[in-house]
Amino acid sequence: MKTNMLTLKALQALTLTLATAGLIAAEPDSTKPKGPAAKGTDSSLVGEETAVLTQAPQVPPPIKRTHATKVKVKIEVREVVKKMADGVDYLYWTFGGDVPGSFIRIREGDLVEFTLANHPSSKMPHNIDLHAVTGPGGGAASSFTAPGHSSQFSFKALNPGLYVYHCATAPVPMHVGNGMYGLILVEPKDGFPKVDREYYVMQGDFYTTGKYGAEGLQTFDQEKATDERPTYVVFNGSVGAMVGDKAITAKVGETVRLYVGNGGPNLLSSFHVIGEIFDLVYPEGGTVASQKNVQTTLVPAGGSVIVDFKVEVPGTFIIVDHSLSRAFNKGALGMLKVSGPENLLVYSGKEIDAVYLGRQAEAGSESEKQVASLQAQMKEAIKSDPKISGLTKDIQIAKGKGVFMQTCFVCHQLNGEGIPGQIPPLAKADYMMADKERSIRGVIFGQSGEMTVNGKKYNGTMIPMNYLSDEEVANVLTYARNSFGNSGDAVTVPEVRRIRSEAPAPAHTGDKYE
Amino acid sequence: MKPEFRKKSEVRMRAAAGPVLRPSVFGLLSGFGFQLSGFSAVLLLSLCATPAAPAAPAPPGMVRVPTGVFRPLFRGDVDPKEVPVRAFALGVHPVTNAEFLDFIRANPRWRRSQVKRLFADDNYLKDWAGDLELGDAITTNAPVTWVSWFAAKAFAAWAGKRLPTTTEWEFAAAASPTRPDGENDAEFKKQIAAWHASPSLTRWPPVGTSRANFYGVRELHGLVWEWVADFNTAMVTGDARGDSGLERQLFCGSGSQGAKDVSDYAAFMRYGFRSSLKADYTVHNLGFRCAKDL
Repeated sequence: MKTNMLTLKALQALTLTLATAGLIAAEPDSTKPKGPAAKGTDSSLVGEETAVLTQAPQVPPPIKRTHATKVKVKIEVREVVKKMADGVDYLYWTFGGDVPGSFIRIREGDLVEFTLANHPSSKMPHNIDLHAVTGPGGGAASSFTAPGHSSQFSFKALNPGLYVYHCATAPVPMHVGNGMYGLILVEPKDGFPKVDREYYVMQGDFYTTGKYGAEGLQTFDQEKATDERPTYVVFNGSVGAMVGDKAITAKVGETVRLYVGNGGPNLLSSFHVIGEIFDLVYPEGGTVASQKNVQTTLVPAGGSVIVDFKVEVPGTFIIVDHSLSRAFNKGALGMLKVSGPENLLVYSGKEIDAVYLGRQAEAGSESEKQVASLQAQMKEAIKSDPKISGLTKDIQIAKGKGVFMQTCFVCHQLNGEGIPGQIPPLAKADYMMADKERSIRGVIFGQSGEMTVNGKKYNGTMIPMNYLSDEEVANVLTYARNSFGNSGDAVTVPEVRRIRSEAPAPAHTGDKYE
Repeated sequence: MKPEFRKKSEVRMRAAAGPVLRPSVFGLLSGFGFQLSGFSAVLLLSLCATPAAPAAPAPPGMVRVPTGVFRPLFRGDVDPKEVPVRAFALGVHPVTNAEFLDFIRANPRWRRSQVKRLFADDNYLKDWAGDLELGDAITTNAPVTWVSWFAAKAFAAWAGKRLPTTTEWEFAAAASPTRPDGENDAEFKKQIAAWHASPSLTRWPPVGTSRANFYGVRELHGLVWEWVADFNTAMVTGDARGDSGLERQLFCGSGSQGAKDVSDYAAFMRYGFRSSLKADYTVHNLGFRCAKDL
């Protein structure tokens, strides 16, 4: 049985080869005098070669020859299940087995003999529309190919530039949405300026039936695609295809060129490298570097851009679509890792780490650190058990301490003891703990008149703290009710909000009026 | 032999009224296998249709698809928006390997070793173990694939039948399990879309296992593509551009120009698949079923 299958496979491969060979041999007969190949009169062509094809992020080597030639390009279409993200698989339709498709590099004036083979296991027919082709459909009609068959056509690369190619079979948003795109670079006769590193980066949007991160084999969601609501927006076909040890690399002092494409099918890319400035930009993949010193460059769907920049300092440079939800929530994130010596004149790193105290203790203060730590704790706790939310009160206490230290401690003192005879204490204060709403009213609307706290009479005035937000009032009271030997429940924002909306009249008087 | 042209409303009523009772009866009979249920459907259909006009019974293994109106996905400016479809018989399921083997036994010139290259390409019946052996790799009652249009047509003629036209096939395939207008059946559309977005199988399951549609036909969706008699006129491709005054092409955005329903991706894929074919092509996921005049 096993040998049977093996033989069958070998037979399949053989027959496919035979079929392909047969087709090619049968092609240029008298009934089909198509393309410059059949004419055979192009005297500018010298020799013949087979194109070197690469998968992203690699780019074939620059072309050294100084004449046009006949270039054979053969790409096999395969429908393959591959990883979209951790635990998430997707049925990609590919040019060459990967997304994006193989990078093709030719020279202006070359005659390309293009063969598109559709793998026998494919479910669908496919074709290719190369934007580098001058002619109806960009080769689409001539390359329309059923599963287990192949097609051939030829075109002359009249215009240099960086071009997108894609499948153009109906329904085209699905074919492109499944990953059927790539780049073809037609080098100008004189080439592009030499650089140290070249990379291939291509963005695409994907529409899956499950939400972002939903595990298992995900399939194309037509409704999301039609509404242009992608689940994933990624560089080079999947989340994380260009991060960690798959990041692209360079050394300090080198010049990097990125050949950037956007397969779409729908979104435009605001292409940006965090911490770098593009020294040169060839907008929309043309051959004139018409812009210098660019932060973010727009890459249209079905379009491209070439960017050059010198890396001056070491570190990790994050590549994003600066439409940031895509980078943060949908996967549009890659990395360029630059190694080499620091250059502190260009970038110093952090020189001063100082405490800054604003109106309320903010970043860097102890209470802020405590809040951050508690929030982290809570996040951790909720992660392990979503029912745990009891840490909310602790956060309120920590935040409330910040408000207390800013607003209250001058009078009530750090230990909450107040000032004998003048300022009533908060510590173990029967008056405060007896009536939560009265405390809220007191903070918002102020408090005056005689009152008895822990058996001692006070007759002072507390000004209204109505500039505090509902949350600040809730937090500071929660802090007071749970500090200085007190223990009580939290004061919530809705409670504060309700009382603030009340008329203040009966609220701010002391004991003796009640 | 012109097709009957009835008033639209009348035609629709017939298509809708005939088989009202069938789903439950199909449920009862499902245990007896598709052949029997298909046959029973015929009996039942004749019962149901008696008030209007006695319907001709469909042969065994086939069901009657009633007269109706089909709205093509693509049409030119001069093409009619609606095409009447005369009642016809359609195979309950795609032709199986076993059925095709019977044909080969009776017609040696369609054996793999003897078939003319003009009529079937090199991959013809490539998954069979030999000329008259199916082998272990395939299932006898799975749909036959790797067959050319010529071979499918020859099979149909041998069986005293014919291949369905694109119009007939699409008309029958438009029905969901519960209603003739499957385009209004969200669950049905979802299932078809899921099939198109899923990987191709490497080995086909037996026919007759999926749920029958409104007319009692099975596996029009979700198993293999199927040849139709006029596959090469269904769509205008680059090569056939000269055949038509239309600038219609299947490619890129222009693929949607003139389409009835641009959201019907499944239909685009069927039309696209057909137009990628030539009559001698054989493909791993392409089979056929027969039709017959009534």
